[in-house]
Amino acid sequence: MRRHTARRLQPVADILFGAWLIARKDLAIEFRTRSAFLSALVFALLGLVIFYYAWDPTAVAATDLAPGVLWVIFTFSGLLGLHRSFGVETADHAIDGLLASPVSREAIFLGKAIANLIFVGAVQAIAIPALALFYNVPLGNVAAPLIAIAILAAIGLVAVGTLFSAMAVNTRLAELLLPMLALPFFVPIVIAASQATSKLLSGRPVIEAAAWLKLLLAFDIVFVASCTLAYPFTVED
Amino acid sequence: MSSKISTAATPIVEVAELRREFGATQAVAGVSFSLAPGECLALFGPNGAGKTTLLRVLAGLLKPTSGSARISGIALAGGPLARSRVGLISHHTMLYEALSARENVSFSARLYGIRDAKTRVEDALRRMSMLERADASVRSLSRGMQQRVSIARAMVHSPQLVLADEPYSGLDESGARALTAVLQELRSTGTAIIVVTHNLIEGLSLATHAAVMQRGKFVRYDAAGRVDAKSYAATYREALATGG
Repeated sequence: MRRHTARRLQPVADILFGAWLIARKDLAIEFRTRSAFLSALVFALLGLVIFYYAWDPTAVAATDLAPGVLWVIFTFSGLLGLHRSFGVETADHAIDGLLASPVSREAIFLGKAIANLIFVGAVQAIAIPALALFYNVPLGNVAAPLIAIAILAAIGLVAVGTLFSAMAVNTRLAELLLPMLALPFFVPIVIAASQATSKLLSGRPVIEAAAWLKLLLAFDIVFVASCTLAYPFTVED
Repeated sequence: MSSKISTAATPIVEVAELRREFGATQAVAGVSFSLAPGECLALFGPNGAGKTTLLRVLAGLLKPTSGSARISGIALAGGPLARSRVGLISHHTMLYEALSARENVSFSARLYGIRDAKTRVEDALRRMSMLERADASVRSLSRGMQQRVSIARAMVHSPQLVLADEPYSGLDESGARALTAVLQELRSTGTAIIVVTHNLIEGLSLATHAAVMQRGKFVRYDAAGRVDAKSYAATYREALATGG
């Protein structure tokens, strides 16, 4: 019985191992070049500054403005990293080496998504404290639930974005096509994340944000499962 | 040019009536052949004849429209297991230029689940005379050196079938010699090879079998022991004149 269970789990273990290898490789490349991370970070910080100076504090309270600013910035800075995700594979057809290897297509997708999640998480780790600083929003009491929202929203954004990055990369208008394809699917995630963030930053009890968190979790489950299953079809000619 | 290894052995690759269509275009239009361990098929033909498509189907990068292909007895549709037995070399290096030569080959070794990856990576790089530059980033290497690293990457898991699409592209004389030596060594250890090239001399020097492909079909195919360089040159020129 135990041997039978182990045999059934082996493909899952193989997929996770392959995904980890690919994620590690992508992070090593990003660590060497830092091109996408720095671009995304500079974009996020500039976005915060621009919104700050465009903001009339007498008309809109910081706690009302900050959630929207935060998620607009994460959405667009994330796209920079997502575009790069499969971009590194097209240079000299590295993707052919991956696809010809025994690693499953699902592992390739998950590896890319894990690397993108760490990328987006790193941008968030700097941008959220920067937002607190610029908009004078106290995060002390809501740090833990805010981190949960950030992680849940990032998982959904990355799943959808990674799939569309794979679809757009071989087109001539990849930079244009990726946001056009991905943004409509980002909308429900961004609405849920910004609503949950708004509840937290306005000092409402965490339980009031719970419904939005559950919705984010549901989006994550649907998007991760459907995008993982859909990816193999994007690489079959 | 005849192979010393018996063709009666279990074939490494068996292709039967393989077809691959792109819309109305038949890129591969019913190709059949088989190669036993240690045999090498040199594939010639004009641009657009379907040579690269055939290799991409056998590498698992494209699904065949119809027909069948088996690698070491495993149907290509079997996916990962069949792909694990194949090594792919192309005129594209398939390398990550931000990583070092060693990191690229090591990444490939781990993808193929090699346990003693470190030793195998060293060995593969040594065979392609790239050990001294192993820690240099691929970006800093010349085109020829990148191609050597790419070949080391394709060989690191000791494939049973090597698919080489214009493998001599970008290699200098010493690189080409090293590649020929590696391919001959692989043949002697039972690896089957399919090499696509426009260079008849290089192709036929390795080949036990040879074929000229045109419009997706083998217009000429000679099995072991019957490959004649002169007549191949004539058929190839004829195919070039009429196009792919």
